[in-house]
Amino acid sequence: MEQALIFFFEYKLEIFIIALSIFVGIEVISHVPAVLHTPLMSGANAISGVIIIGGIILVGHADLTSFSFSLILGILALMFGTLNVVGGFAVTDRMLEMFKKKKK
Amino acid sequence: MDKILGTYNGFEFTIGDTLLELSYLIAALLFVYGLKLLSHPETARRGNLWAAGGMGLAMITTLLLHKDAAGSHIPITNVFIILAAIGVGSVVGWIAAIKVKMTAMPQMVSLYNATGGAASMLVGLLEYPNAVAGDVGSILVTILGLIVGAVAFSGSMIAYGKLDGRVGDVMKPFMTYLNLVLLIATLVLGAIIIFSPNEPAEMTGLLYLLLALAIVYGVMFVLPIGGADMPVVISLLNSLTGIAAAMAGFIYNNQAMILGGILVGAAGMILTMLMCKAMNRSLLNVIIGAFGGGGVSANQEHGTIKEISMSDAAVLLSYSQKVVVVPGYGLAVAQAQHIVHELETILEGKGVNLRYAIHPVAGRMPGHMNVLLAEADVSYEKLIEMDNINPDMPNVDVVIVIGANDVVNPAAYDDPGSPIYGMPIIDAHLAKNIIIMKRGMGKGYAGIENFLFFNPKTRMLFGDAKSTLQKLVSEIKSL
Repeated sequence: MEQALIFFFEYKLEIFIIALSIFVGIEVISHVPAVLHTPLMSGANAISGVIIIGGIILVGHADLTSFSFSLILGILALMFGTLNVVGGFAVTDRMLEMFKKKKK
Repeated sequence: MDKILGTYNGFEFTIGDTLLELSYLIAALLFVYGLKLLSHPETARRGNLWAAGGMGLAMITTLLLHKDAAGSHIPITNVFIILAAIGVGSVVGWIAAIKVKMTAMPQMVSLYNATGGAASMLVGLLEYPNAVAGDVGSILVTILGLIVGAVAFSGSMIAYGKLDGRVGDVMKPFMTYLNLVLLIATLVLGAIIIFSPNEPAEMTGLLYLLLALAIVYGVMFVLPIGGADMPVVISLLNSLTGIAAAMAGFIYNNQAMILGGILVGAAGMILTMLMCKAMNRSLLNVIIGAFGGGGVSANQEHGTIKEISMSDAAVLLSYSQKVVVVPGYGLAVAQAQHIVHELETILEGKGVNLRYAIHPVAGRMPGHMNVLLAEADVSYEKLIEMDNINPDMPNVDVVIVIGANDVVNPAAYDDPGSPIYGMPIIDAHLAKNIIIMKRGMGKGYAGIENFLFFNPKTRMLFGDAKSTLQKLVSEIKSL
């Protein structure tokens, strides 16, 4: 119990952000037309590639003086994150361009 | 940049630190704004670009301004390694995104989701040894990020395999229990690691066991899920990737990661709920997978199946005023979207009003039919959502069902024993004439009889959707 209280106090700001983000996420997405379900999902998917920031920090402060398995995994994480971000946004843009073209 | 501005929580902070946090704030706002714009057709494309811009900004400022606990910047050698990794990822991601066929979009989205999950999983794996023994809070978020990321990764890979036709549905009755055991084992082991007072370095064996368990659970969780339930699972996995990224945000005390991740988590959850509602099933029911085989009311009168000749169908369609096409996964499998568009053009030329009725869970991902038909140049104003087209169904002269089954099964209304009872459907049975294109008399995904086939107004056109449509189009042309 005490542990949970300590956790809450130490992370109170982050927990505030989580609580509010949930509402923002729900509010922003509600009433989305079905025609946009796929691009929305794929765009959101690209945003979840924000994990790449973690990858940059991880590899950025990695010790390069000795070769390590963790460094390889870190670089792999970075590449996966980039794939998610770049591929995700690019694919979403392609889909939306297709919708746009048909509008005329 | 390194000028010290003041102290916060006992740490000195510089102009650079401030700018970094400011850039995260801007990135977070761009994520929200971009997602908001993404939910309206007119602004969607701009929204996607804004969100991408926010991501680019956060990546650049992190690279330039981030400092570790000791206060040192990212060394230049590391910067080059990072840029190389990002370069490789960008080129591969970009090429794949440009090259992928629009019809392969569900697979692609799953694959990208898997990479995001894998990145979160690896970050959790690599950050765990840096945690302080007994610091339950930070170990908790690290382990949660690892578990959720691993499940999202392996689950999305299986989803990718299924959508790409490489992996079949595997459903054995014991799997429900096996999955429950796996889930409990994963959570218990996670809890053991989280609450252990030992040094994280001593726990690597257990950590890798946990990783393996979570990956296996992801595989086993998606394997038994049938094709028709894929839209639910894909949006759920999408949501999980967001949550995993948010957990990693906790590790780094990074508000942009937390907000971005949770935003995606919440949005994915909403989409998941929407998909569940469209099938009148609970999320738990989808995950446990109680669907299929439950043909309770097999003793009902079937009536007879009537076929229609190609020429009769051509005449019927040509002299109709209102025609509605109900597309389903069969259309995607047969790759018949272009020929459907051709049918639409020819009939429109004859003064027929043709629209498409889109069920929210038709296909294998949310919005699958919209993307498929848009690829064939079908204008999105012609794609009508279920709730908007149903009231007009009695005025429709002919409804053509192409490769769809359960989404038009009237058992959803009048057979309480049916597994799909209560699911909202497209009211094809109310139209004046019904033509069903089907490969054979096989049952739909749910494995239940479709009473629409025995409706006196229904006539069948058997065969592959693509070749049937081709024959129909040339028949109409020759009229």
